[in-house]
Amino acid sequence: MTSESDHIVAETAARIFADLAEPQAINQAKDGAWRDPLWQAITEAGLPLAWVSEELGGSGASLAEGFAILGVAGRFALAVPLAETLIAGWLLARARLEAPATAMTVAPARPLDHITLDAGGRLSGKATGVPFARDTEHIAVLAEGDAGAVVALVEAKDCRIAEGHNLADDVANVVRFERVKPLASAPAGFDRTALMLMGATVRSVQTAGALQAILSLSVAYANERVAFERPIGKFQAVQQNLARLAGEVAAALAVSGSAADTLAQADAVDDGVFLEAASAKIRCAEAASEGAAIAHQVFGAIGFTKEHVLHRFTLRMLAWRDDFGNESYWAAELGRRVARRGADEFWPLVASR
Amino acid sequence: MSTDLQFDPVRLPPECEALRNEVRAFLAEEAAAGTFDPHCPGYGDSHNRAFSKRIGAKGWIGMTWPKKYGGHERSFLERYVVTEEFRVANAPVRLHFVADRQSGPVLLKYAPEHVKLDILPRICRGELCFVIGMSEPGSGSDLFAAKAKATKVDGGWRINGSKIWTSNAHVADYMLGLFRTSAPTKENRRHGLTQFLIDMKAPGITVNPIIQMTGQHDFNEVVFDDVFMTDDHVMGEIDSAWKQATSELAYERSGPERFLETFYVMLELIRALGAEPDIRSAEGLGRLVAQLHTLRRMSVSVAGMLQAGKEPVVEGSIVKDLGTIWEQKLPGRVRELTAFLEPEIGNRETLERQLAFAITVAPKLTIQGGTTEILRGIIARGLGLR
Repeated sequence: MTSESDHIVAETAARIFADLAEPQAINQAKDGAWRDPLWQAITEAGLPLAWVSEELGGSGASLAEGFAILGVAGRFALAVPLAETLIAGWLLARARLEAPATAMTVAPARPLDHITLDAGGRLSGKATGVPFARDTEHIAVLAEGDAGAVVALVEAKDCRIAEGHNLADDVANVVRFERVKPLASAPAGFDRTALMLMGATVRSVQTAGALQAILSLSVAYANERVAFERPIGKFQAVQQNLARLAGEVAAALAVSGSAADTLAQADAVDDGVFLEAASAKIRCAEAASEGAAIAHQVFGAIGFTKEHVLHRFTLRMLAWRDDFGNESYWAAELGRRVARRGADEFWPLVASR
Repeated sequence: MSTDLQFDPVRLPPECEALRNEVRAFLAEEAAAGTFDPHCPGYGDSHNRAFSKRIGAKGWIGMTWPKKYGGHERSFLERYVVTEEFRVANAPVRLHFVADRQSGPVLLKYAPEHVKLDILPRICRGELCFVIGMSEPGSGSDLFAAKAKATKVDGGWRINGSKIWTSNAHVADYMLGLFRTSAPTKENRRHGLTQFLIDMKAPGITVNPIIQMTGQHDFNEVVFDDVFMTDDHVMGEIDSAWKQATSELAYERSGPERFLETFYVMLELIRALGAEPDIRSAEGLGRLVAQLHTLRRMSVSVAGMLQAGKEPVVEGSIVKDLGTIWEQKLPGRVRELTAFLEPEIGNRETLERQLAFAITVAPKLTIQGGTTEILRGIIARGLGLR
């Protein structure tokens, strides 16, 4: 449920992003000089380590407050590793490891990648599509050890990181761990599914935010752009498409908000948590696909240009579909869980949320 | 209105769980006693007066209404639980459902006190069936083109004309209908319609059946030949029904019945796939589950808005638009996902019977209670496009 404090945190984030990460301004920027002041401002506001308690070096905000920040970040198509540092901080904090005051990312970022911790305490394996790995100083890793899952903090410079970008041209890399010695490690007490569900929910909340921005841009454009002597928003065909877009936005908002609310209260992964978070990733990814297509159709040629801001939102949310499990992966996993429960236990699960 | 949509993660309060268990126990008993067959498609569409009375006796009709009128002053969220459990169980609620969902709330708002005291308690007891008199042969989605007329006479009104596609009229006790009391004006084509409470037993009313392509008798044509209604049958302001119609629609559009109508095929799909489906079936099932969960969370969120006293017309329209399209596509998806199953699976016969019914019934789902196109027009208006 949205509370007063979520609201205050979200407003702080919105103020900083409006000043230093306005999408139009970022889109026109000649270079990446906007990054440092932005990161400094969000660090000063305590946003990147919001999910780390004060004793472990963070600002000790609630999960709900962190999700509120991420919704706003989505509305600005924010292109710095804020979400990734949040997840990394959350992962470290759950293993009671102290978080460094730097930008971080998290590995694995895809559910089929594996990193192992050997008896000598060294990490091996490969993680693909790790967001911002080349731009961050530390990586929080969830590895499989002999005695179960382990959380480890490593320095990015100790890993072999390939060049790479996602659809939106944000840095995203294949990271190879070749007997990397972590700075610190501790038993996780939970498995990869919990990390993937967290990442999936984070991306869902960001996607819903991006979709909100896309809807408001699209409606404003349809009311302003004239064709056949009328604003195109007066044509029923365009109205019907925008109403569909609103439906996708509403679905993404509802399901991601519900999943965030669920994770904010959950102690462990049960079928209810799984249903919420997996559904959010599936439905938000579908909404991203539908929503991007509709918005581009409304904008026509101008929305297909580098100069126009629309791609900052559409390409980013299309890229997010692939992080922390794409919709096909989660659908298969969710389908399996539902099948295992059986038909008679299906409705009670849905109704329990 | 604006593009600033909000769907808070409303949770059902703890008292709903006790209620849910009570409802499930009641439904299990009734199903065991043979009142209805949870696996027989279309059963939820049938009428059962004795059953409706037992539901009324449980206090599950008019749940949110004042006690003074026979209601139970419970929350919209509690009503939500009852509605979804009945729907999922495929229990016959047709008889009282329209009265409970939308006619009662209209009466509460607009009927004279003595009419409320007379009719609302009877709805709550499960004794009355209401129908909606909006569409006419020449006016469907275009509500305000209605021509059926009410003419002022001494002590009341004379009604002439006809309504069509009127579900349940052949068993109904009352209709809430729109009738023309003045011509539309140049400035406002919606002007001139008045909402009336019609006693379906009044002389001059003829109900002609129209059989649907599913073989069911649900639709009717209702013909009015000089039907007399006293003045206290006028609901709200004369000539201004258009002001009253929108809030009724918020109730009508966002409930669980707007995405659960073909739910039984999903249960049968899960049964058919078994505990270890292949990856294609698992993925297909998972996508359906994600949609269902999303729709339900949206719908509960709208119930929370109603509970908070809001009129979520746009949000309700969005839920109905997405929900009806999904429930319409669901049988087709189930058909695809069961295409490669072994012919001998245990529930094959039930599955096929249910699929056949669901596929036949599917076209109406995006028409009844406001077509997809009309809903999207309402949403577009809400976004500030018209």
